[in-house]
Amino acid sequence: MTSPQPVEDLLRELAPQVLAALTRRYGRFGDCEDAVQEALLAAARQWPEEGVPENPRGWLVTVASRRLTDEIRGETARRQREARAAALLPPEALLAASPAEDLSSDQDDTLTLLFLCCHPALSPASQIALTLRAVGGLTTAQIASAFFVPEATMAQRISRAKQSIKSAGATFSMPPESERAGRLQAVLHVLYLIFNEGYTATSGPDLQRSELTAEAIRLGRDLHRLLPDDGEVTGLLALMLLTDARRLARTQPDGNLVPLAEQDRSRWNAESIAEGVALITQTLSRARLGPYQLQAAIAAVHDEARRAEDTDWRQIVALYELLTSLSPNPMVALNHAVAVAMVDGPKAGLDLLGSVETDERMAGNHRLDAVRAHLLEMAGDRVAALASYRAAARGTISLPERRYLEVRAARLDDRS
Amino acid sequence: MKYVVLIYNNPATWEALPATERDRVLGIHNRIIKELSESGELIRVDGLAHPANTKTVRLRGGAAVVTDGPFTEAKEQLAGVWAVDCDSIERAIEISAPVAEYDTVEIRQLMDLSGLEM
Repeated sequence: MTSPQPVEDLLRELAPQVLAALTRRYGRFGDCEDAVQEALLAAARQWPEEGVPENPRGWLVTVASRRLTDEIRGETARRQREARAAALLPPEALLAASPAEDLSSDQDDTLTLLFLCCHPALSPASQIALTLRAVGGLTTAQIASAFFVPEATMAQRISRAKQSIKSAGATFSMPPESERAGRLQAVLHVLYLIFNEGYTATSGPDLQRSELTAEAIRLGRDLHRLLPDDGEVTGLLALMLLTDARRLARTQPDGNLVPLAEQDRSRWNAESIAEGVALITQTLSRARLGPYQLQAAIAAVHDEARRAEDTDWRQIVALYELLTSLSPNPMVALNHAVAVAMVDGPKAGLDLLGSVETDERMAGNHRLDAVRAHLLEMAGDRVAALASYRAAARGTISLPERRYLEVRAARLDDRS
Repeated sequence: MKYVVLIYNNPATWEALPATERDRVLGIHNRIIKELSESGELIRVDGLAHPANTKTVRLRGGAAVVTDGPFTEAKEQLAGVWAVDCDSIERAIEISAPVAEYDTVEIRQLMDLSGLEM
Protein backbone atom coordinates (compact mmCIF):
# COMPACT_ATOMS: atom_id res chain seq x y z
CA MET A 1 0.00 0.00 0.00
CA THR A 2 1.18 3.47 -0.84
CA SER A 3 0.14 6.44 1.25
CA PRO A 4 -2.29 8.84 -0.46
CA GLN A 5 -0.17 12.00 -0.21
CA PRO A 6 2.71 10.96 -2.53
CA VAL A 7 0.13 9.54 -4.93
CA GLU A 8 -1.73 12.82 -4.97
CA ASP A 9 1.49 14.78 -5.50
CA LEU A 10 2.48 12.48 -8.35
CA LEU A 11 -0.95 12.82 -9.98
CA ARG A 12 -0.83 16.59 -9.76
CA GLU A 13 2.58 16.61 -11.38
CA LEU A 14 1.51 14.27 -14.18
CA ALA A 15 -1.90 15.86 -14.84
CA PRO A 16 -0.77 18.60 -17.26
CA GLN A 17 1.62 16.26 -19.09
CA VAL A 18 -1.08 13.68 -19.70
CA LEU A 19 -3.61 16.30 -20.75
CA ALA A 20 -1.11 17.85 -23.15
CA ALA A 21 -0.29 14.47 -24.72
CA LEU A 22 -3.97 13.75 -25.29
CA THR A 23 -4.87 17.20 -26.56
CA ARG A 24 -1.98 17.24 -29.00
CA ARG A 25 -3.13 13.88 -30.37
CA TYR A 26 -6.89 14.40 -30.48
CA GLY A 27 -7.48 18.13 -30.41
CA ARG A 28 -10.82 18.51 -28.56
CA PHE A 29 -9.36 20.10 -25.44
CA GLY A 30 -12.65 19.99 -23.51
CA ASP A 31 -13.24 16.26 -24.04
CA CYS A 32 -9.59 15.42 -23.35
CA GLU A 33 -9.76 17.39 -20.10
CA ASP A 34 -12.79 15.37 -18.97
CA ALA A 35 -11.07 12.11 -19.90
CA VAL A 36 -7.92 13.04 -17.97
CA GLN A 37 -9.96 14.03 -14.93
CA GLU A 38 -11.63 10.62 -14.99
CA ALA A 39 -8.27 8.87 -15.33
CA LEU A 40 -6.91 10.88 -12.38
CA LEU A 41 -9.91 9.94 -10.25
CA ALA A 42 -9.44 6.28 -11.19
CA ALA A 43 -5.76 6.45 -10.25
CA ALA A 44 -6.51 8.20 -6.96
CA ARG A 45 -8.82 5.29 -6.10
CA GLN A 46 -6.62 2.44 -7.35
CA TRP A 47 -3.00 3.39 -6.77
CA PRO A 48 -3.07 3.75 -2.98
CA GLU A 49 -4.58 0.23 -2.80
CA GLU A 50 -2.77 -1.57 -5.59
CA GLY A 51 0.47 0.35 -5.76
CA VAL A 52 1.71 2.85 -8.33
CA PRO A 53 2.18 1.27 -11.78
CA GLU A 54 5.69 1.08 -13.19
CA ASN A 55 4.97 3.73 -15.79
CA PRO A 56 2.37 5.95 -14.10
CA ARG A 57 2.24 8.48 -16.90
CA GLY A 58 1.73 5.78 -19.49
CA TRP A 59 -1.03 4.28 -17.35
CA LEU A 60 -2.84 7.62 -17.17
CA VAL A 61 -2.44 8.29 -20.89
CA THR A 62 -3.80 4.84 -21.72
CA VAL A 63 -6.78 5.07 -19.38
CA ALA A 64 -7.63 8.61 -20.47
CA SER A 65 -7.28 7.69 -24.15
CA ARG A 66 -9.64 4.77 -23.68
CA ARG A 67 -12.21 7.01 -22.05
CA LEU A 68 -11.88 9.47 -24.85
CA THR A 69 -12.06 6.90 -27.64
CA ASP A 70 -15.10 5.32 -26.00
CA GLU A 71 -16.64 8.73 -26.00
CA ILE A 72 -15.73 9.40 -29.63
CA ARG A 73 -16.90 5.95 -30.75
CA GLY A 74 -20.23 6.48 -29.02
CA GLU A 75 -20.57 9.83 -30.67
CA THR A 76 -19.58 8.42 -34.05
CA ALA A 77 -22.11 5.61 -33.77
CA ARG A 78 -24.81 8.12 -32.97
CA ARG A 79 -23.85 10.22 -35.90
CA GLN A 80 -23.83 7.25 -38.23
CA ARG A 81 -27.23 6.17 -37.00
CA GLU A 82 -28.44 9.58 -37.94
CA ALA A 83 -26.89 9.11 -41.38
CA ARG A 84 -24.77 12.17 -40.93
CA ALA A 85 -21.36 12.90 -42.41
CA ALA A 86 -18.36 10.71 -41.77
CA ALA A 87 -16.69 10.32 -38.40
CA LEU A 88 -14.74 13.25 -37.02
CA LEU A 89 -11.42 11.50 -36.88
CA PRO A 90 -9.57 9.05 -39.10
CA PRO A 91 -9.78 5.45 -37.83
CA GLU A 92 -6.20 5.35 -36.55
CA ALA A 93 -6.98 8.25 -34.26
CA LEU A 94 -9.61 6.11 -32.58
CA LEU A 95 -7.03 3.66 -31.33
CA ALA A 96 -5.73 4.35 -27.86
CA ALA A 97 -2.33 6.00 -27.88
CA SER A 98 0.64 3.91 -26.93
CA PRO A 99 1.88 5.20 -23.59
CA ALA A 100 5.35 6.14 -24.75
CA GLU A 101 4.20 8.36 -27.57
CA ASP A 102 3.77 12.08 -27.61
CA LEU A 103 5.45 12.75 -24.33
CA SER A 104 8.51 14.54 -25.59
CA SER A 105 8.25 18.21 -24.76
CA ASP A 106 6.51 18.24 -21.38
CA GLN A 107 7.97 21.59 -20.48
CA ASP A 108 6.48 23.51 -23.37
CA ASP A 109 3.28 21.55 -22.88
CA THR A 110 2.69 22.88 -19.38
CA LEU A 111 3.27 26.39 -20.61
CA THR A 112 0.93 25.90 -23.59
CA LEU A 113 -1.73 24.55 -21.22
CA LEU A 114 -1.36 27.54 -18.91
CA PHE A 115 -1.80 29.89 -21.84
CA LEU A 116 -4.89 28.00 -22.96
CA CYS A 117 -6.49 27.96 -19.49
CA CYS A 118 -5.84 31.69 -19.05
CA HIS A 119 -7.31 32.49 -22.46
CA PRO A 120 -8.59 36.08 -22.73
CA ALA A 121 -12.06 34.84 -23.76
CA LEU A 122 -12.58 33.62 -20.17
CA SER A 123 -13.55 35.57 -17.06
CA PRO A 124 -10.94 35.53 -14.26
CA ALA A 125 -13.13 33.17 -12.20
CA SER A 126 -13.21 30.71 -15.10
CA GLN A 127 -9.49 31.05 -15.80
CA ILE A 128 -8.79 30.23 -12.17
CA ALA A 129 -11.08 27.20 -12.09
CA LEU A 130 -9.78 25.77 -15.34
CA THR A 131 -6.13 26.32 -14.43
CA LEU A 132 -6.56 24.58 -11.09
CA ARG A 133 -8.20 21.59 -12.73
CA ALA A 134 -6.32 21.21 -16.01
CA VAL A 135 -2.84 22.30 -14.93
CA GLY A 136 -3.06 21.83 -11.17
CA GLY A 137 -4.79 18.46 -11.37
CA LEU A 138 -7.24 19.33 -8.57
CA THR A 139 -10.64 17.70 -8.64
CA THR A 140 -13.79 19.72 -9.19
CA ALA A 141 -14.82 18.89 -5.62
CA GLN A 142 -11.57 20.29 -4.21
CA ILE A 143 -11.85 23.50 -6.25
CA ALA A 144 -15.50 23.92 -5.28
CA SER A 145 -14.78 23.56 -1.58
CA ALA A 146 -11.88 26.03 -1.80
CA PHE A 147 -14.21 28.65 -3.27
CA PHE A 148 -17.19 27.78 -1.03
CA VAL A 149 -19.56 26.93 -3.87
CA PRO A 150 -21.44 23.67 -4.55
CA GLU A 151 -19.63 21.15 -6.73
CA ALA A 152 -22.35 21.40 -9.40
CA THR A 153 -21.76 25.15 -9.67
CA MET A 154 -18.01 24.65 -10.13
CA ALA A 155 -18.53 21.80 -12.62
CA GLN A 156 -20.77 24.08 -14.70
CA ARG A 157 -18.23 26.88 -14.56
CA ILE A 158 -15.46 24.60 -15.80
CA SER A 159 -17.58 23.15 -18.56
CA ARG A 160 -18.67 26.63 -19.65
CA ALA A 161 -15.02 27.73 -19.69
CA LYS A 162 -14.13 24.86 -21.99
CA GLN A 163 -17.01 25.76 -24.31
CA SER A 164 -15.78 29.35 -24.43
CA ILE A 165 -12.29 28.19 -25.38
CA LYS A 166 -13.76 26.06 -28.12
CA SER A 167 -15.94 28.80 -29.52
CA ALA A 168 -13.03 31.25 -29.38
CA GLY A 169 -11.30 28.85 -31.77
CA ALA A 170 -8.30 28.43 -29.47
CA THR A 171 -6.13 25.40 -30.12
CA PHE A 172 -3.48 23.58 -28.16
CA SER A 173 -0.53 25.54 -29.47
CA MET A 174 1.76 28.29 -28.25
CA PRO A 175 0.32 31.75 -28.89
CA PRO A 176 2.26 33.69 -31.56
CA GLU A 177 5.34 35.53 -30.35
CA SER A 178 3.59 38.90 -30.68
CA GLU A 179 0.87 37.90 -28.18
CA ARG A 180 3.06 36.02 -25.79
CA ALA A 181 3.96 38.84 -23.38
CA GLY A 182 0.31 39.81 -22.93
CA ARG A 183 -0.77 36.22 -22.45
CA LEU A 184 1.99 35.62 -19.90
CA GLN A 185 0.67 38.64 -17.97
CA ALA A 186 -2.72 36.91 -17.80
CA VAL A 187 -1.12 33.69 -16.54
CA LEU A 188 0.78 35.57 -13.82
CA HIS A 189 -2.38 37.38 -12.81
CA VAL A 190 -4.29 34.11 -12.49
CA LEU A 191 -1.56 32.59 -10.29
CA TYR A 192 -1.57 35.74 -8.18
CA LEU A 193 -5.37 35.57 -7.78
CA ILE A 194 -5.17 31.90 -6.77
CA PHE A 195 -2.51 32.76 -4.22
CA ASN A 196 -4.51 35.65 -2.76
CA GLU A 197 -7.65 33.58 -2.59
CA GLY A 198 -5.78 31.16 -0.34
CA TYR A 199 -3.68 33.67 1.56
CA THR A 200 -6.44 36.01 2.65
CA ALA A 201 -8.51 33.26 4.24
CA THR A 202 -8.39 33.56 7.99
CA SER A 203 -11.00 31.14 9.23
CA GLY A 204 -13.55 28.71 7.98
CA PRO A 205 -12.21 25.55 6.45
CA ASP A 206 -8.70 27.01 6.09
CA LEU A 207 -7.16 23.69 5.15
CA GLN A 208 -8.55 23.86 1.64
CA ARG A 209 -7.59 27.48 1.40
CA SER A 210 -3.92 27.12 2.28
CA GLU A 211 -3.94 24.40 -0.36
CA LEU A 212 -4.65 27.15 -2.88
CA THR A 213 -1.63 29.12 -1.67
CA ALA A 214 0.55 26.04 -1.94
CA GLU A 215 -0.85 25.31 -5.40
CA ALA A 216 -0.14 28.84 -6.64
CA ILE A 217 3.44 28.57 -5.38
CA ARG A 218 3.84 25.15 -6.97
CA LEU A 219 2.59 26.45 -10.33
CA GLY A 220 4.80 29.53 -9.87
CA ARG A 221 7.81 27.26 -9.41
CA ASP A 222 6.87 25.33 -12.54
CA LEU A 223 6.60 28.51 -14.51
CA HIS A 224 9.90 29.78 -13.13
CA ARG A 225 11.57 26.52 -14.18
CA LEU A 226 10.20 26.96 -17.70
CA LEU A 227 11.03 30.66 -17.99
CA PRO A 228 13.99 31.18 -15.63
CA ASP A 229 15.05 34.43 -17.28
CA ASP A 230 11.71 36.21 -17.05
CA GLY A 231 11.99 38.83 -14.31
CA GLU A 232 8.27 39.04 -13.63
CA VAL A 233 7.86 35.28 -13.34
CA THR A 234 10.68 35.26 -10.79
CA GLY A 235 9.21 38.35 -9.15
CA LEU A 236 5.82 36.74 -8.69
CA LEU A 237 7.32 33.56 -7.23
CA ALA A 238 9.41 35.64 -4.82
CA LEU A 239 6.40 37.78 -3.89
CA MET A 240 4.30 34.71 -3.09
CA LEU A 241 7.08 33.13 -1.01
CA LEU A 242 7.81 36.33 0.91
CA THR A 243 4.13 36.92 1.61
CA ASP A 244 3.31 33.33 2.49
CA ALA A 245 6.24 33.34 4.92
CA ARG A 246 4.12 35.49 7.29
CA ARG A 247 1.02 33.32 7.12
CA LEU A 248 1.23 31.77 10.61
CA ALA A 249 1.77 35.16 12.28
CA ARG A 250 -0.96 37.10 10.48
CA THR A 251 -3.96 35.67 12.31
CA GLN A 252 -4.83 34.83 15.87
CA PRO A 253 -6.32 31.42 16.62
CA ASP A 254 -9.80 33.02 16.66
CA GLY A 255 -9.33 34.27 13.10
CA ASN A 256 -8.63 37.88 14.03
CA LEU A 257 -6.11 39.67 11.85
CA VAL A 258 -2.76 40.78 13.27
CA PRO A 259 -1.38 43.90 11.58
CA LEU A 260 2.13 43.61 10.15
CA ALA A 261 3.61 45.86 12.85
CA GLU A 262 2.27 43.63 15.65
CA GLN A 263 3.11 40.21 14.19
CA ASP A 264 5.37 37.83 16.12
CA ARG A 265 8.21 37.77 13.63
CA SER A 266 9.75 34.65 15.16
CA ARG A 267 6.82 32.79 13.61
CA TRP A 268 7.71 33.91 10.10
CA ASN A 269 9.05 31.15 7.88
CA ALA A 270 12.80 31.83 7.59
CA GLU A 271 13.28 29.31 4.80
CA SER A 272 10.67 30.93 2.54
CA ILE A 273 12.10 34.36 3.30
CA ALA A 274 15.63 33.24 2.39
CA GLU A 275 14.42 31.70 -0.85
CA GLY A 276 12.31 34.72 -1.77
CA VAL A 277 15.10 37.19 -0.97
CA ALA A 278 17.60 35.19 -3.02
CA LEU A 279 15.23 35.06 -6.00
CA ILE A 280 14.38 38.74 -5.97
CA THR A 281 17.97 39.88 -5.36
CA GLN A 282 19.19 37.82 -8.25
CA THR A 283 16.51 38.92 -10.71
CA LEU A 284 16.57 42.64 -9.83
CA SER A 285 20.19 42.83 -10.89
CA ARG A 286 19.62 41.51 -14.39
CA ALA A 287 16.00 41.40 -15.60
CA ARG A 288 13.78 44.19 -16.85
CA LEU A 289 11.97 45.72 -13.88
CA GLY A 290 8.26 45.05 -13.43
CA PRO A 291 5.48 45.42 -10.86
CA TYR A 292 5.75 41.91 -9.38
CA GLN A 293 9.48 42.34 -8.82
CA LEU A 294 8.92 45.67 -7.09
CA GLN A 295 6.19 44.25 -4.86
CA ALA A 296 8.48 41.35 -4.01
CA ALA A 297 11.28 43.79 -3.20
CA ILE A 298 8.93 45.67 -0.84
CA ALA A 299 7.89 42.40 0.81
CA ALA A 300 11.57 41.52 1.19
CA VAL A 301 12.32 44.80 2.99
CA HIS A 302 9.52 44.06 5.47
CA ASP A 303 10.59 40.46 5.91
CA GLU A 304 14.21 41.38 6.55
CA ALA A 305 13.37 43.68 9.48
CA ARG A 306 13.79 41.72 12.69
CA ARG A 307 11.51 44.13 14.54
CA ALA A 308 8.80 46.36 13.05
CA GLU A 309 10.74 49.45 14.15
CA ASP A 310 13.79 48.25 12.19
CA THR A 311 11.85 48.50 8.90
CA ASP A 312 13.72 50.48 6.27
CA TRP A 313 10.78 52.74 5.35
CA ARG A 314 12.95 55.00 3.18
CA GLN A 315 13.73 52.13 0.90
CA ILE A 316 10.05 51.16 0.85
CA VAL A 317 9.07 54.70 -0.13
CA ALA A 318 11.61 54.62 -2.97
CA LEU A 319 10.26 51.28 -4.18
CA TYR A 320 6.66 52.57 -4.10
CA GLU A 321 7.73 55.59 -6.12
CA LEU A 322 9.16 53.28 -8.76
CA LEU A 323 6.03 51.15 -8.67
CA THR A 324 3.82 54.22 -9.05
CA SER A 325 5.72 55.37 -12.11
CA LEU A 326 5.67 51.87 -13.61
CA SER A 327 2.06 50.93 -12.96
CA PRO A 328 0.11 53.70 -11.28
CA ASN A 329 -2.96 52.47 -9.43
CA PRO A 330 -4.85 53.72 -6.39
CA MET A 331 -4.04 50.71 -4.18
CA VAL A 332 -0.33 51.31 -4.73
CA ALA A 333 -0.89 54.99 -3.94
CA LEU A 334 -2.53 54.04 -0.61
CA ASN A 335 0.43 51.92 0.44
CA HIS A 336 2.78 54.63 -0.74
CA ALA A 337 0.99 57.12 1.53
CA VAL A 338 1.44 54.80 4.53
CA ALA A 339 5.17 54.45 3.82
CA VAL A 340 5.59 58.21 3.42
CA ALA A 341 3.81 58.73 6.74
CA MET A 342 6.32 56.40 8.39
CA VAL A 343 9.24 58.47 7.04
CA ASP A 344 7.93 62.06 7.00
CA GLY A 345 5.05 61.90 9.47
CA PRO A 346 1.28 61.47 9.17
CA LYS A 347 0.66 64.93 7.69
CA ALA A 348 2.77 64.07 4.61
CA GLY A 349 0.89 60.77 4.25
CA LEU A 350 -2.50 62.46 4.52
CA ASP A 351 -1.48 65.01 1.88
CA LEU A 352 -0.69 62.16 -0.50
CA LEU A 353 -4.08 60.59 0.16
CA GLY A 354 -5.67 63.66 -1.40
CA SER A 355 -4.81 62.43 -4.90
CA VAL A 356 -6.29 58.99 -4.16
CA GLU A 357 -9.52 60.51 -2.86
CA THR A 358 -10.29 62.05 -6.24
CA ASP A 359 -9.71 58.75 -8.06
CA GLU A 360 -13.07 57.39 -9.21
CA ARG A 361 -11.85 53.82 -8.86
CA MET A 362 -11.55 54.38 -5.10
CA ALA A 363 -15.02 55.81 -4.55
CA GLY A 364 -16.48 54.04 -1.53
CA ASN A 365 -13.41 51.84 -1.08
CA HIS A 366 -13.03 50.93 2.58
CA ARG A 367 -9.23 50.66 2.31
CA LEU A 368 -9.00 54.39 1.67
CA ASP A 369 -11.02 55.02 4.82
CA ALA A 370 -8.90 52.54 6.78
CA VAL A 371 -5.62 54.14 5.74
CA ARG A 372 -6.98 57.62 6.44
CA ALA A 373 -8.10 56.43 9.87
CA HIS A 374 -4.61 55.11 10.68
CA LEU A 375 -2.90 58.29 9.56
CA LEU A 376 -5.39 60.49 11.43
CA GLU A 377 -4.82 58.40 14.55
CA MET A 378 -1.05 58.81 14.11
CA ALA A 379 -1.62 62.56 13.77
CA GLY A 380 -3.62 62.59 17.01
CA ASP A 381 -6.91 63.61 15.42
CA ARG A 382 -9.02 61.19 17.42
CA VAL A 383 -12.49 62.33 16.36
CA ALA A 384 -11.76 62.24 12.63
CA ALA A 385 -9.89 58.92 12.98
CA LEU A 386 -12.87 57.39 14.75
CA ALA A 387 -15.23 58.48 11.96
CA SER A 388 -12.90 57.04 9.31
CA TYR A 389 -12.53 53.70 11.14
CA ARG A 390 -16.31 53.44 11.35
CA ALA A 391 -16.71 54.29 7.66
CA ALA A 392 -14.11 51.65 6.80
CA ALA A 393 -15.84 49.06 8.99
CA ARG A 394 -19.15 49.73 7.23
CA GLY A 395 -17.48 49.49 3.81
CA THR A 396 -15.66 46.18 4.07
CA ILE A 397 -17.27 42.87 3.16
CA SER A 398 -14.55 40.98 5.03
CA LEU A 399 -15.65 39.80 8.46
CA PRO A 400 -12.11 39.76 9.99
CA GLU A 401 -11.39 43.22 8.61
CA ARG A 402 -14.63 44.57 10.03
CA ARG A 403 -13.81 43.09 13.42
CA TYR A 404 -10.33 44.62 13.34
CA LEU A 405 -11.63 48.07 12.31
CA GLU A 406 -14.34 48.00 14.96
CA VAL A 407 -11.75 47.19 17.62
CA ARG A 408 -9.59 50.13 16.50
CA ALA A 409 -12.62 52.41 16.58
CA ALA A 410 -13.69 51.16 20.02
CA ARG A 411 -10.18 51.79 21.37
CA LEU A 412 -10.42 55.45 20.34
CA ASP A 413 -13.99 55.75 21.56
CA ASP A 414 -13.06 54.49 25.05
CA ARG A 415 -10.62 57.32 25.47
CA SER A 416 -13.27 60.01 24.97
CA MET B 1 -18.38 37.86 -5.39
CA LYS B 2 -21.26 36.25 -3.62
CA TYR B 3 -24.66 37.88 -3.32
CA VAL B 4 -28.10 36.93 -2.11
CA VAL B 5 -30.94 38.20 -4.22
CA LEU B 6 -33.98 38.73 -2.00
CA ILE B 7 -37.23 38.81 -3.93
CA TYR B 8 -40.11 40.62 -2.24
CA ASN B 9 -43.67 40.75 -3.42
CA ASN B 10 -47.18 41.43 -2.31
CA PRO B 11 -48.98 38.07 -2.23
CA ALA B 12 -52.28 39.83 -2.98
CA THR B 13 -50.88 41.35 -6.20
CA TRP B 14 -49.54 37.98 -7.23
CA GLU B 15 -52.84 36.21 -6.48
CA ALA B 16 -54.75 38.78 -8.53
CA LEU B 17 -52.71 38.16 -11.68
CA PRO B 18 -54.40 36.23 -14.52
CA ALA B 19 -53.04 32.72 -14.93
CA THR B 20 -51.42 33.48 -18.29
CA GLU B 21 -49.56 36.44 -16.83
CA ARG B 22 -48.43 34.39 -13.85
CA ASP B 23 -47.14 31.71 -16.23
CA ARG B 24 -45.27 34.31 -18.25
CA VAL B 25 -43.55 35.67 -15.15
CA LEU B 26 -42.72 32.19 -13.84
CA GLY B 27 -41.28 31.45 -17.28
CA ILE B 28 -38.90 34.38 -16.84
CA HIS B 29 -37.84 33.04 -13.43
CA ASN B 30 -37.20 29.58 -14.85
CA ARG B 31 -35.26 30.94 -17.80
CA ILE B 32 -32.95 32.98 -15.56
CA ILE B 33 -32.38 30.09 -13.17
CA LYS B 34 -31.50 27.82 -16.08
CA GLU B 35 -29.08 30.39 -17.50
CA LEU B 36 -27.44 30.97 -14.12
CA SER B 37 -26.99 27.29 -13.45
CA GLU B 38 -25.48 26.78 -16.92
CA SER B 39 -23.04 29.64 -16.47
CA GLY B 40 -21.88 28.34 -13.09
CA GLU B 41 -23.09 31.44 -11.23
CA LEU B 42 -25.95 29.87 -9.31
CA ILE B 43 -25.21 28.66 -5.78
CA ARG B 44 -28.79 27.91 -4.83
CA VAL B 45 -32.34 29.05 -5.32
CA ASP B 46 -35.30 28.78 -2.97
CA GLY B 47 -38.91 29.84 -3.14
CA LEU B 48 -40.57 30.57 0.18
CA ALA B 49 -43.97 29.30 1.29
CA HIS B 50 -46.79 31.86 1.68
CA PRO B 51 -46.12 34.34 4.53
CA ALA B 52 -49.15 32.86 6.33
CA ASN B 53 -46.90 29.92 7.23
CA THR B 54 -44.42 32.13 9.04
CA LYS B 55 -43.50 31.82 12.71
CA THR B 56 -41.75 34.75 14.35
CA VAL B 57 -39.58 33.93 17.34
CA ARG B 58 -38.22 36.17 20.11
CA LEU B 59 -36.31 35.07 23.17
CA ARG B 60 -37.75 36.92 26.17
CA GLY B 61 -36.58 36.20 29.71
CA GLY B 62 -34.93 33.03 28.49
CA ALA B 63 -38.13 31.71 26.92
CA ALA B 64 -39.00 31.60 23.22
CA VAL B 65 -42.05 33.70 22.44
CA VAL B 66 -43.58 32.52 19.18
CA THR B 67 -46.14 34.45 17.17
CA ASP B 68 -47.80 33.62 13.87
CA GLY B 69 -47.02 35.73 10.83
CA PRO B 70 -44.00 37.63 9.53
CA PHE B 71 -41.82 40.01 11.53
CA THR B 72 -42.48 43.01 9.29
CA GLU B 73 -46.04 44.05 8.81
CA ALA B 74 -45.48 45.43 5.32
CA LYS B 75 -47.65 44.21 2.45
CA GLU B 76 -44.50 43.22 0.56
CA GLN B 77 -42.99 40.02 1.94
CA LEU B 78 -39.95 37.93 1.16
CA ALA B 79 -40.97 35.39 -1.47
CA GLY B 80 -37.75 33.93 -2.77
CA VAL B 81 -34.01 33.84 -2.18
CA TRP B 82 -31.24 33.20 -4.67
CA ALA B 83 -27.57 32.88 -3.86
CA VAL B 84 -25.28 33.73 -6.76
CA ASP B 85 -21.54 33.98 -7.27
CA CYS B 86 -20.79 36.46 -10.03
CA ASP B 87 -18.11 38.88 -11.16
CA SER B 88 -19.63 42.18 -10.02
CA ILE B 89 -22.59 43.97 -8.50
CA GLU B 90 -23.46 45.18 -12.02
CA ARG B 91 -23.80 41.57 -13.12
CA ALA B 92 -25.95 40.78 -10.05
CA ILE B 93 -28.26 43.67 -11.00
CA GLU B 94 -28.41 42.50 -14.61
CA ILE B 95 -29.36 38.99 -13.44
CA SER B 96 -32.07 40.22 -11.10
CA ALA B 97 -33.74 43.00 -13.05
CA PRO B 98 -36.00 40.81 -15.26
CA VAL B 99 -37.82 39.39 -12.21
CA ALA B 100 -38.47 42.81 -10.69
CA GLU B 101 -41.55 43.48 -12.79
CA TYR B 102 -44.17 42.93 -10.08
CA ASP B 103 -41.63 42.08 -7.40
CA THR B 104 -38.98 44.19 -5.73
CA VAL B 105 -35.51 42.77 -5.62
CA GLU B 106 -32.92 43.53 -2.97
CA ILE B 107 -29.31 42.50 -3.58
CA ARG B 108 -27.13 41.95 -0.54
CA GLN B 109 -23.47 41.11 -0.65
CA LEU B 110 -22.32 38.20 1.52
CA MET B 111 -19.47 38.80 3.94
CA ASP B 112 -16.23 37.06 3.26
CA LEU B 113 -14.16 35.24 5.86
CA SER B 114 -10.97 36.36 4.21
CA GLY B 115 -9.24 39.65 4.75
CA LEU B 116 -5.95 41.48 4.54
CA GLU B 117 -4.01 42.61 7.56
CA MET B 118 -3.74 46.39 7.63
